[in-house]
Amino acid sequence: MKARVYVTLREGVLDPQGEAVRHALGTLGFSGVNAVRQGKLIEIDLAATDRAAAEAEVKAMCEKLLANTVIERYAVEIA
Amino acid sequence: MKAAIVTFPGSNCDRDLALAFEQAGARVLRVWHKDGALPDGTDVVGIPGGFSFGDYLRCGAIAAQSPVMAAVRAHAARGGHVLGICNGFQVLTESGLLPGVLMRNAGLRFVCRRVALRVATAASAFTRGWRAGQVIHLPVAHHDGNYVTDADGLARLKDEDRIAFTYCDNPNGAMADIAGILSPNRRVLGMMPHPERAIDPELGGADGSVLFRSLVEAAVAA
Repeated sequence: MKARVYVTLREGVLDPQGEAVRHALGTLGFSGVNAVRQGKLIEIDLAATDRAAAEAEVKAMCEKLLANTVIERYAVEIA
Repeated sequence: MKAAIVTFPGSNCDRDLALAFEQAGARVLRVWHKDGALPDGTDVVGIPGGFSFGDYLRCGAIAAQSPVMAAVRAHAARGGHVLGICNGFQVLTESGLLPGVLMRNAGLRFVCRRVALRVATAASAFTRGWRAGQVIHLPVAHHDGNYVTDADGLARLKDEDRIAFTYCDNPNGAMADIAGILSPNRRVLGMMPHPERAIDPELGGADGSVLFRSLVEAAVAA
């Protein structure tokens, strides 16, 4: 089973890197970019065959390591 | 007094930290991140600066899961002293030993210079060699030193007098100019500036020596 984990900054947490990307896009002539928020996509190949078990396991991975929930939120997709 | 200095793959201030503790009179023992236990009789654990695990995922996140960190957490739970500097501070927040997180500098630049700091509290083994409010000078060298915590967390740090150092001129956007914080029992200190790089007047100042001497004296007295 494959899992995709999206880790993004919580609302209200400043993202200076996203802001730098927004500036660069403006410099390139892309007008009308109101905001950019940068995050991570983590792809995991799992041995598990049970969808619910896989999801629970990946959520535990997020809580323990993949995301820092002080500043980040995560979303898990199982395929 | 025994100080255990932890080395992770990518640590680069471990030898400087060992030297600073030795200069202050401590016996230094070096610990590898895969060690499951600290040396017998460890009084203080030092988590050095550097780029543990290449800053992969988040600064300090992988190091926080190293086998040795379970032993460091147990040491802290027993009331032992822990000093985390720069990447060491990031490891301590990722380990849950200190609250909050160190984010990318607000200016996005790596900041490497000597800064003025205000000693915000003298009530700890680390800072008792100074007066509260005293201004000292230490080097900083980091890309991710922008301290962030939630409003409740910040209020707690202030109410409990757990902010150890603040920047006089904030170099990284850290909340409330925070450069270093203490744990609730005041025995775990995390700080972005490098006291171990300021232990010799010939090499840019010796303000950092005060911290190591104070800590060694406190551990010997205890």
